[in-house]
Amino acid sequence: MREPKHTISLTINGQKKKFKVNAEEKLLDVLRREGYKSVKFGCGEATCGSCTVIMDGKAVYSCILFAFQADGHDIWTVEGIGTFDKPHPLQRALVDEGAVQCGFCIPGMIMSAKAMMDANPKPEEEEFREKMDGNLCRCTGYEKIWVAIQKVIGGAK
Amino acid sequence: MNVKDLKVVNHSVEKVDAMALALGKSLYVADLKPEDCLHVKMLWSPHAHARIKSIDVSKAEKMKGVHAVLWHGNVPRVAHCTAGQGYPEPSPYDTFMFDTKVRYVGDRVAAVCAETREIAQAAVEAIKVEYEVLEPVLSIWDALKPGAPVIHDEPDCSIPIPVPYEPEKNVVARLEMTVGDVEQAFKDSDFVFDEEYETQYAQHCPMETYVCSAQIDARNRIVITTSTQVPFHCRRIVAQTLQIPEKQIRVIKPRIGGGFGSKQEILLEDVVAMFALRTQKPVFFEFTRQENFLTGRTRHPIHFKMKGGVKKDGTITGYSMIATSNTGAYGGHGLTVIGCCGSKVLPLYHIDNLYFKGTVCYTNLPVGGAYRGFGATQAFFGFESQIDMMAEAIGMDPLEFRMKNHIQLGETSPVFSALGEGKEGVPMDISSCALDECIRQGAEEIGWKNRKPHTEKTGRYRRGMGMCCLMQGSSVPEIDMGAASIKMNDDGSFNLLIGATDLGTGSDTVLGQIAAEAIGTTIDKMIVYSSDTDMTPFDVGAYASSTTYLSGEASRKAGAKVNRQILAVAAEMLDKKPEDLVAANSVVTAKDGSAKVTFAEIAKYSLYQKNQFQIMDTASHITHKSPPPFAAHFVEIEVDTWTGKIRVIKYVATVDCGTAINPKLAEGQTEGGLMNGISYALTEEYLFNDKGRMINSTLQRYHLFSMRDKPEVKAILVPSWETTGPYGAKSVSEICINGAGPGINNALYNACGIRLHTMPFTPEKVWKALQEKEKKA
Repeated sequence: MREPKHTISLTINGQKKKFKVNAEEKLLDVLRREGYKSVKFGCGEATCGSCTVIMDGKAVYSCILFAFQADGHDIWTVEGIGTFDKPHPLQRALVDEGAVQCGFCIPGMIMSAKAMMDANPKPEEEEFREKMDGNLCRCTGYEKIWVAIQKVIGGAK
Repeated sequence: MNVKDLKVVNHSVEKVDAMALALGKSLYVADLKPEDCLHVKMLWSPHAHARIKSIDVSKAEKMKGVHAVLWHGNVPRVAHCTAGQGYPEPSPYDTFMFDTKVRYVGDRVAAVCAETREIAQAAVEAIKVEYEVLEPVLSIWDALKPGAPVIHDEPDCSIPIPVPYEPEKNVVARLEMTVGDVEQAFKDSDFVFDEEYETQYAQHCPMETYVCSAQIDARNRIVITTSTQVPFHCRRIVAQTLQIPEKQIRVIKPRIGGGFGSKQEILLEDVVAMFALRTQKPVFFEFTRQENFLTGRTRHPIHFKMKGGVKKDGTITGYSMIATSNTGAYGGHGLTVIGCCGSKVLPLYHIDNLYFKGTVCYTNLPVGGAYRGFGATQAFFGFESQIDMMAEAIGMDPLEFRMKNHIQLGETSPVFSALGEGKEGVPMDISSCALDECIRQGAEEIGWKNRKPHTEKTGRYRRGMGMCCLMQGSSVPEIDMGAASIKMNDDGSFNLLIGATDLGTGSDTVLGQIAAEAIGTTIDKMIVYSSDTDMTPFDVGAYASSTTYLSGEASRKAGAKVNRQILAVAAEMLDKKPEDLVAANSVVTAKDGSAKVTFAEIAKYSLYQKNQFQIMDTASHITHKSPPPFAAHFVEIEVDTWTGKIRVIKYVATVDCGTAINPKLAEGQTEGGLMNGISYALTEEYLFNDKGRMINSTLQRYHLFSMRDKPEVKAILVPSWETTGPYGAKSVSEICINGAGPGINNALYNACGIRLHTMPFTPEKVWKALQEKEKKA
């Protein structure tokens, strides 16, 4: 890789970090380079959602954001929300419902669900479908993912 | 054995890798990329058919940061097959690492290995190629025309098994089967249906693209870490193409991001391994999504002429299926996929007179491969559409018609012995079948009794209900082998080592459950490690619906052997006879309740105290039959007659997979497969320009179903007991993808009286068919 020229500062999973980046680098590539491997490359065209992270409370595709666009912003990845001892309720529910097959889409799926729930803890079905529409999964047919997230939301259909 | 006595099997235990994956741990090939690895980029053919007159790689080679360039002038020319199948493969050796000819848009021309992706890409663009563009062959009909351009005109292509192979006619394979006399049967019928059906190019689209790394280890061996379904075939084929011994290669499959058949191919590993060998540096290659579409494997498009006769009493007198398959530029899986069009479909009903003919053609289009469903998906579309038409013609409920005709427990079909994998098939009788119950439960769940004929429906939006029955197989009998070994540790835990390949299906968990049941322990004591050619025993890999049935039985047998060793040690410790002891929940107890000893105590005794030895054993398994799982799928749709758009309202998939080893995971297989099937039936297809180039090679334009599109889905597991499977199990993962095509087509007829003959059922096609129907009326 070419020696990165620019420095960006951001808060990632609650920690302030500085990364050296090139102007044309995508946030996805920088995050993966810096060890946030939960953020996946699936298409690079903002469709599959495997690269979804939360930026300032919103679910975004890191594959089409330039790294410098994250400068000064607050980023969350799946690494920041749960551990084996204390998984996030979404992680617990997805595992319990058997919603994790190959698992490749799951980190992105969780970040979209978390962003949705943080903004509105009780989304109606239409909002749910819209907010989760940007994450593709080829293994599960979405059924168990749907059930798991609904279980965490509680009450919603 | 009774299913109720099972303690670990038939329980939905937590998938062993699920939490690590949900936590986002670094477990996939790209996460494990070696530090400072070199990156590969490939120069892909822009032409569907061309000869390479000259290549100049000198500028690329001299670029700063470029470490090596591969092209046909500097690699061994070894005819091989990229399909990861048994050996010798039932597929032609028609592929070369790099060749002097390109045969589809996306074929390999040359590859660069450089310090960054960007440098590699720039170097690829600096390679000068002069092509002699040849006339492309863009359809099966053009391929079969006398005098058609010959796609494989190289003298060194051949097929390693004794079956017809006629590359000079663009024919990869031919198959034929005759049972009884179909022509007479049609004469004896009250109704005969003679129609054509066609299925489209489609792709598996796992969320993880093809990806692979390779590095040289301390013993100067190549270690390949790859997203594959077939690690052992990968080792064999890379050894073949690089002309080095298998012992120089280790293949590791870590967690992988889905396969569905696409990764039953050796598409990157030969080049990545060759670069590692040449540069002595770690090398990494990850496909972009566009590369995945253009150069990855696809579902073979197949054209069918289907003809069936029926009597008024509901007897299906005869059936003829003539299938012509497009395998694209290379022939991997061509013969076996077309064979499954017959062998996984025609045995479903009692039909005394059968004819099957399969022809597989080369074209200058993307390459067909293994895809969940494997030919059965394509054939069931037309076949189950026609079964519905027969029922209607004789005025019988489609459910009743199917219940009257489907194959039953203890019965056989002449198709089983006639059609095999590149040779004759294996005769078998049906040793488990709960299809009647599948039909009953599915009908109940969808509300079949409320179904009204299309003639009673009016208005813009019309609802319809359709159904279909399905079968598949479990493993390839007398060919495929899986093995497992189990070792006991100090604390009474076990290492289960299996060659079997978990692509996200949960097979590590399922095989762990089976072994735990056989040993007499629990899943939390099983440390499952799979798919590493240095460490685990052999397994053919994840394909042909084999893992649970085949590798599962290997795991059960290995577990039973270890159980016997444990009981023998316990007998010595307790001064009892082994036959008076029983192991359960990691404790050995005397049947009379007089004594007990824990697995941890047994392990410590056997390792440290007296008559020491390692409690461990291994087992292999091949199967003598391929018991079909059965399924009945029911679907309710709503058709917008103004636009032609079909909306799936509810989809019910019942399945008889024998004993579900892990019911939640079996449901997950069913739900995932059926959704992939719906997406294939309604939206997914490769679109080409007149030069043979795919024009919708992005996920955005190819369109997979998303959460927004998800209908109400219900998967129902209907148990049976497969006498030859581990704890009564047979396969589950492939069958579920076959139903959406015929099911939705039958629902479309029930909604508005039209039937389609090509997939996918786009609004344009539906609307056009509605217009035609109106014109006729």
